[in-house]
Amino acid sequence: MILAAETNEGLAQLSNELVYASMAVYTLAFLAHITEWVFGSRSKVGRTAAALTGAKDAAAPATVSVRVEGAGGTTVLDRPKVVTRSAAGTRDVPDGPGAAGGTVKGDLYGRIAVSLTVLAFALEAAGVVTRAISVQRAPWGNMYEFSTTFSTVAVGTYLGFLLAKKNVRWIGLPLVTTVLLDLGVATTWLYTDSDQLVPALDSYWLWIHVSTAIFCGAVFYLGAVATLLYLFRDSYENKLANGGEPGSFARSVLERLPSAASLDKFSYRVNAAVFPLWTFTIIAGAIWAGDAWGRYWGWDAKEVWSFITWVGYAAYLHARATAGWKGRKAAYIALIAFGCFLFNYYGVNIFVSSKHSYAGV
Amino acid sequence: MSKTDTTETNRAAGADEAAAADLSTAPREETAGGPALGVVGWIRWFWRQLTSMRVALILLFLLSLGAVPGSLIPQTSADEMKVADFKAAHESLTPLYEKLQLFDVYSSVWFSAIYILLFVSLIGCIVPRTWQFVGQLRGLPPGAPRKLTRLPAYTTWRTGADPEQVREAALGVLKGRRFRARSAGDAVAAEKGYLREAGNLLFHIALIVMLVAFAWGQLFKSEGGKLVVEGDGFSNTLTQYDDFKSGSQFGVDELEPFSFSLDSFTGTYEKSGPQRGTPRTFEAAVTYTRGGGKDEKAVIRVNEPLKIGDSKVYLIAHGYAPVVTVRDGRGKSVFHGAVPLLPIDNNITSTGAIKVMDGYRDKNGEKQQLGFKAFFVPTFAGAGKGDMFSQFPALDFPVMALTGYHGNLRVDSGLPQNVYQLDTSKMTQFEVDGGTGVAQRMRPGETMTLPDGAGSITFEKDIKEWASFQVSQQPGNGLALGGAVAAIAGLTGSLFIQRRRVWVRAVRGEDGVTVVEMAGLGRSESAKLPEELADLAVALTATAPPAPEPAEAEASEGVEK
Ligand code: HEM
Repeated sequence: MILAAETNEGLAQLSNELVYASMAVYTLAFLAHITEWVFGSRSKVGRTAAALTGAKDAAAPATVSVRVEGAGGTTVLDRPKVVTRSAAGTRDVPDGPGAAGGTVKGDLYGRIAVSLTVLAFALEAAGVVTRAISVQRAPWGNMYEFSTTFSTVAVGTYLGFLLAKKNVRWIGLPLVTTVLLDLGVATTWLYTDSDQLVPALDSYWLWIHVSTAIFCGAVFYLGAVATLLYLFRDSYENKLANGGEPGSFARSVLERLPSAASLDKFSYRVNAAVFPLWTFTIIAGAIWAGDAWGRYWGWDAKEVWSFITWVGYAAYLHARATAGWKGRKAAYIALIAFGCFLFNYYGVNIFVSSKHSYAGV
Repeated sequence: MSKTDTTETNRAAGADEAAAADLSTAPREETAGGPALGVVGWIRWFWRQLTSMRVALILLFLLSLGAVPGSLIPQTSADEMKVADFKAAHESLTPLYEKLQLFDVYSSVWFSAIYILLFVSLIGCIVPRTWQFVGQLRGLPPGAPRKLTRLPAYTTWRTGADPEQVREAALGVLKGRRFRARSAGDAVAAEKGYLREAGNLLFHIALIVMLVAFAWGQLFKSEGGKLVVEGDGFSNTLTQYDDFKSGSQFGVDELEPFSFSLDSFTGTYEKSGPQRGTPRTFEAAVTYTRGGGKDEKAVIRVNEPLKIGDSKVYLIAHGYAPVVTVRDGRGKSVFHGAVPLLPIDNNITSTGAIKVMDGYRDKNGEKQQLGFKAFFVPTFAGAGKGDMFSQFPALDFPVMALTGYHGNLRVDSGLPQNVYQLDTSKMTQFEVDGGTGVAQRMRPGETMTLPDGAGSITFEKDIKEWASFQVSQQPGNGLALGGAVAAIAGLTGSLFIQRRRVWVRAVRGEDGVTVVEMAGLGRSESAKLPEELADLAVALTATAPPAPEPAEAEASEGVEK
């Protein structure tokens, strides 16, 4: 019986030290990112403005020709050239060059930041794993454990995107910043000594339900960052398109982000991709509740807010398919939905009494 | 968004429209103003509004907004005690809240109105969409638009092969990739990804199934609570329950015939560290029989209910039941049994009442009733160490304090009486040390002698535990689960599959060389679409190898608007 196992004090201590070490490395990664942005600000690219204002004068149609390259050189035949046109009404604005702004030094610091993030991620993941070993159970018994796992998964997902060669380095700075915040809150206010689970949590559904919930949260978070940046970038592009003059700081920062269309697409993909998993998470929770409390749905605060979050994201997906709600309005809905997710985590655990409150602050 | 190329946009949209027709079954957004004429017109207008996506969106919003107060204000369905506390603490707010049904949000008129409207909208949306989709499945992919260059992905090349040959090959390639394809005039039209629409419809239908299952469960469910002391039993009939709730359509004869007895209850707790006292295991070992069958053993844990037929027996709570013996003045035992006490904190400090209803006579031979207020701690801190609260939930140093009364228990007063409380309005406290002072603390095995030869009460060494169980029967669970699984499957299909069309046109050019044009169109922009088109083109070049371009000028013509 797992419950009989003693918690291993030494390992628990090691886990804490690993988490602190990862915080130190995340801080270095944060500084490296800042340096990257500072160096990047010295380049004056101005591609967005050129694209937006240039398109008006130029006689050429605003279409992009994309050459789709073949997969390897095995076929002798050249792959045909496929011409793509954006849907009617969208702007064709190129993505920004990224935080480094095309500068060599900036790029160097950016790479350093990513390497440090990888190191910090490894330390933090090791911290989570040693914690799990020390208690011989899934490391998701209280808010401290949720928080550390949550940021590990968020960073892991980001690194996964990088590994898959997706253009996501722009998430680096906001992500590392919030991870530091999350870990700070976890270690100072939410810290709970490693220990066994209360019987109500001792179920294999913990592995299923909580792991998917944490994963969904991490991915929704990346989507929310993209959505927020989309809103800024979109107003920036709108301003330029209407002949406005954005402030120099805003210009410098937003210029370097991907285009509003790319950010919007990224956040949609990410949110849509995890939505079925979030649905599954709620259903798994309901099945667990059916076993633990004798009813699968009882409008408990945690259940209500999971439902609200779910409806929020469903509304977002609907909005994307509804004319007149695309774009900014849909983005606001996505942000509200993520806000509900956050409230469900912090708000319900701390302020609202719920059957789930034994999760331990 | 940018106004510069609206004319451009309109022309392009016009060309795409026919080709894109029916690529989805989503209802058209109607922005045009009010209804046309008369009552029928109004009804039709209202119906069209209700089943539009915009209204669905607004209703979804309202639903989540409406769910909020229920999570912040105590709900009768969840915890009646909390509601009572809240009402006592907020006297001025209470009437308003009651009027707004804020203590029963999820069964309130307004919340029901939102979800019923939403589901009417949903059904009103699904039925026509399903018909439309069936029509699309039976129909054929629409013919190629006149100008393929306008579509989101486009490619062209010249080849020495015959146009008929090329079309034939295209048909083969597309069908080979599970497109539905047909020849139409000088082009081949193909479509793929119907599962997207099917998944979307399945998802929305599954939502209705889940709602029906939920409603069904509410109507036919039953839920009863029973406290059982170790060694005692329970049989599943209405009269045996301590409390019982059921849906409006539940019939009592639907109770599953079974009985069980609680052999033992085991609780273990963290012995040290900051979480000292936190429960680690709760296990109730029971012996049960079903419909007069043979005995079977089972262990019920917090996450592992016992399933007997359609019923599930859940372990809900536990506590202690000290065994006491009450004797009258002549030493005759008038009460002997385990008295379940209710925990009031996490360390199972417990309170309750011992009631001796009949059989007791005082020293004058008069019939009287006895009552004791009991205060029990499984682990006592030691005399003089603050209030008498338990330090640990296990039976490490059990102590019970009893205050005795005699008189009339008022059990026959007609008012329902709480078995854990003593009504002392018609009773007198036994004198303690010449007054009616503090209760007497006892250790197991000790006996308290009542004054003036009124008898005695013994706190027996054997302290039993009790467990309380919830027995629920909830039909529709399987249906709800089926709906949920279908919803996820449908959702996955609908979000990850792209529905798209491809056209291949092959015509002989003026110089006698065949010109092949290919174009693709999807519901939404996707990077995969041009890639797929390129793949198809590569496959097609096996039959229609590119011929050398005549001149650069002509090649760029294809791209021009
Ligand atoms: C209980 C209420 C509803 C919920 C929770 C809900 C949820 C969803 C979700 C999560 C999606 C995204 C999946 C996808 O894109 O296929 C979706 C899509 C869709 N929903 Fe609903 N829906 C509801 C009611 C309705 C109603 C009333 C309508 C009709 C007006 C409707 C029409 C659609 C359509 C047409 C799509 C597909 C959009 C597209 O093709 O991208 N839904 N719905």
